[in-house]
Amino acid sequence: MANMAQAVRMALHVGEEHLGVKDIFGQDVGAPLGGVFTATQGLKTAWNTPLDERGIIGCAMGIAMTGDRCVAEIQFCDYIFNTVDLLKIAGNTLWVSHGNYNMPLVVKTPVGAGIRGSVYHSHSFDAWATRLPGWKVVMPSNPLDAYGLMLSAIEDPNPVLFLEPKALLRVRGEELLPGEPSDERELKAMIDAPLGDRSKWKPRWPKLDETFRVPIGKAKITREGDRATVVSYGRMLTLCNRAADELKAEGCAVEVIDLRSLYPYDWQTVRASILKTKRVLFVNEDTEVTNFGEHLSYRVTQELFYDILARPRLLAGKNVPGVGLHPNYEDSSVPQYKEIVEEIRALIAEVP
Amino acid sequence: MSVTKKTLKAPAKGLPLPKELLLQMLDLMIKSRVLEERLIKIYKAGESYFWIGGPGEEAWGVPLGLLVNKGRGHKHDYLHLHYRCSPTLVAMGMPMIDSVRIMMNRATDTSTGGKNFSNHFCYPEWNVTPVSSPIEVQYQMAIGTAWAQRRENKANTKTKGVTIVTGGDAGSAEGDFASCLVWSSRKGYELPILITVQNNKWGISTAYEGQHGEKSVADRGKAFNMRTEVINGNDPIETYIKLKEILEYIRREGKPVLLEATTSRLYGHSSASGASPIPEVDCNREFSMRLMEWGLITEKEIAAITERYETEAREAQELARTEPVPQPEDIWKHIYANNENADWRKF
Repeated sequence: MANMAQAVRMALHVGEEHLGVKDIFGQDVGAPLGGVFTATQGLKTAWNTPLDERGIIGCAMGIAMTGDRCVAEIQFCDYIFNTVDLLKIAGNTLWVSHGNYNMPLVVKTPVGAGIRGSVYHSHSFDAWATRLPGWKVVMPSNPLDAYGLMLSAIEDPNPVLFLEPKALLRVRGEELLPGEPSDERELKAMIDAPLGDRSKWKPRWPKLDETFRVPIGKAKITREGDRATVVSYGRMLTLCNRAADELKAEGCAVEVIDLRSLYPYDWQTVRASILKTKRVLFVNEDTEVTNFGEHLSYRVTQELFYDILARPRLLAGKNVPGVGLHPNYEDSSVPQYKEIVEEIRALIAEVP
Repeated sequence: MSVTKKTLKAPAKGLPLPKELLLQMLDLMIKSRVLEERLIKIYKAGESYFWIGGPGEEAWGVPLGLLVNKGRGHKHDYLHLHYRCSPTLVAMGMPMIDSVRIMMNRATDTSTGGKNFSNHFCYPEWNVTPVSSPIEVQYQMAIGTAWAQRRENKANTKTKGVTIVTGGDAGSAEGDFASCLVWSSRKGYELPILITVQNNKWGISTAYEGQHGEKSVADRGKAFNMRTEVINGNDPIETYIKLKEILEYIRREGKPVLLEATTSRLYGHSSASGASPIPEVDCNREFSMRLMEWGLITEKEIAAITERYETEAREAQELARTEPVPQPEDIWKHIYANNENADWRKF
């Protein structure tokens, strides 16, 4: 099975070949490195930029203004913050220009903790991202969704922020991408750049299904259940799945929803599940104050208040300035597996 | 305009540019000035919330507008302008009513739909990208259009579009300006871009000397091995001749140029500082006097041109008054392409 970095790489290749992508760029995105997580190895339109995040976003906006398709990378979302006003402009250009200028660009950036990345390789960006009107925001939790969402993002005529849970980039999926060789060693031999001299290396791309898409705005139920609903995305989603499996073994079926798209989000799927289970927990690792999960919780109280049996809960990162390197810092800052299990148990045990 | 000097003396070496072009430039400079003065009147009459614009930049902006390869797409020039660029748009053929509609926030304003301040133009059919209020972000986006043009210019030798970006001296302190210098001058990846600075010596109320140590902003380009020029942006003849040659150089070589044009700011920063006349060099007055000295036009003819444009501007205001305004539900239009729903209440 492909890992998420390989899946993104293959989607970008399909983008180059079939969807008109003319530029894939960012710091260390081109040869020889092909991205610090290898997600852009071997791509024919990939190139290296100066170490200048504002330049990367501005360049992407200019390319988009010509109507050309591009995918830009900010190496870690920790370094995207100095581009926020440009991201705002990318999001408002169509609106403020009265429909004159579309901004069809994709910005991909690794997010979140989980790799002992210390203060500046552990930030999350989902709460910030959802405060950028005009953008679509997606975050896959597995390689297949990464492949399908990236293709949808490239095709979308609007700016799309593609958040990559960095701790999952090297994790293999449970499902083959359509057209992917079944032997992962074969895939590796075909598309992973060799160590050492790469100057003569060229990838051999598998014949992938270029029509496969994961539509933006559609969530996925990853575990079915009726005792409680857990809504998450990215790395936290995988922990929620595991928690649901543990509880299922005890005879307690919890429904888990992978939101996949943060904006626009799939309220109908979330709503239907909450109406079934009457209890909901939102889980993400961005800081907890003015967190995207707060918006979702707010909506639950506004629209489903008389239908639920427990207060909506949010488990998110502590509202501290960063994720410290020592495991005691990281593990105390961002939600841990045990906390998720405990929070679900408490949610189910709550008596109205 | 008070012009009293009248002699009939052609320059000894002959006209520096064809007579028709000189008269056309003066005509457009007057048109642009009259338009801006009308916008100020609209503001002072309480028919608009704010004015910011470009009186004092006519001698720079009009030649630029005349020299642009106007059209849509890579093979034409991309323009990343700021909010003092009305002379360029007037020279490109923008009708006065367009500017008045922005000023009066009408629904008929095709640039912003009544959303933005005066002179925040947007003309996709002319590659004029949206003018934005944040200072200098246009220097970042210019990198992208120039990059796309570089790619297409290489693929097709017949297409030679270039990118032109304008901004002020004060804003050149922003890092975005440095980004533009860095990205456009990388060895082997030089961009076909004209980076310009209109130096009016002011950033709102702060003088140039209080913001800059460099003698001229253009000097910064030297560190990046790019061609630099400082021109008198109050002289439309010098501006036209230099700009023409520089644009030909960029189209031919595919390399960047940093050009600084000294200009005036004749009504201050904006309506926030009163929008009243400031005694600085008035390029329209100086150019009028020159053309009269050369016997190309009379004071009476200049007065007639001015009156004609004043009538056009006043009629534009009267028409805009009768036009519809944006409606409350319009806040949801154009958030996403094809008006896809962006309201979470409807997800």
